[in-house]
Amino acid sequence: MNLNRRQLLTRTVGVSLAGLFGVQSRAFATPEAVAEAVKSFSGDSEPGSGRIKLTTPEIAENGNSVPIGVSVDSPMSDDDYVTQVVIYADGNPNPDVITFNFTPASGEATASTRMRLAKTQNVVAVAKMSDGSVFTDTRNIKVTIGGCGG
Amino acid sequence: MASKPRVKVPKSASAGDIITIKTLLSHTMESGIRKDKDGNVIPRKIINKFVCEFNGAVVFSCDIDPAIAANPYLEFKAKVTESGTFKFMWTDDDGTVFETEKDISVS
Repeated sequence: MNLNRRQLLTRTVGVSLAGLFGVQSRAFATPEAVAEAVKSFSGDSEPGSGRIKLTTPEIAENGNSVPIGVSVDSPMSDDDYVTQVVIYADGNPNPDVITFNFTPASGEATASTRMRLAKTQNVVAVAKMSDGSVFTDTRNIKVTIGGCGG
Repeated sequence: MASKPRVKVPKSASAGDIITIKTLLSHTMESGIRKDKDGNVIPRKIINKFVCEFNGAVVFSCDIDPAIAANPYLEFKAKVTESGTFKFMWTDDDGTVFETEKDISVS
């Protein structure tokens, strides 16, 4: 293939631009999408802070497997317990991460798992109590290597 | 591929104790976003539901999205008041259910 300098330059720029747009066209979750999801999950109640604690590392070296834990302060009795805790991530391809469904037989509203993080972002945990009140906690996690492949 | 689930439950406890349960299932948790080397999207195949029952009553369950890492690990608590059997069920996107059981004696 015979290319002069000008042609080579145009083609290279073309290819890199295509690459750039290719990346941008992939939809990622946004903080707005997460705020919207939190709002629809909480219904009428205004999310409060406290009572719920999200435990994450400050820096995740490998986004493929990041340990996260959530713990909600609740007596977990038959008439006062945590029904659900939802975790969202605002920089992943999809904001949903996991929904924990607790029962009074859980004894303690505590759960942990390992999640994927595509890039540095906020992780939001929202807890819903049996009386309908909602509590939330947010942690920022710095990700060194993203974990969503592709 | 998915293999036998691994579950850690204490063998015995006192009535009213809150015990910690740890579970791990070997599974690729293919997110449905990754592409193979020819640029084709690899179809999604994840565990989308986990349920833990004690003597037939649900203690804890989760709805899982592709953001959970491969080999899904879950740690949670349960309050035990009597001896019995914990049953754990993981549901795959293709409908397969992986099951395992653990006994606990409560004094």
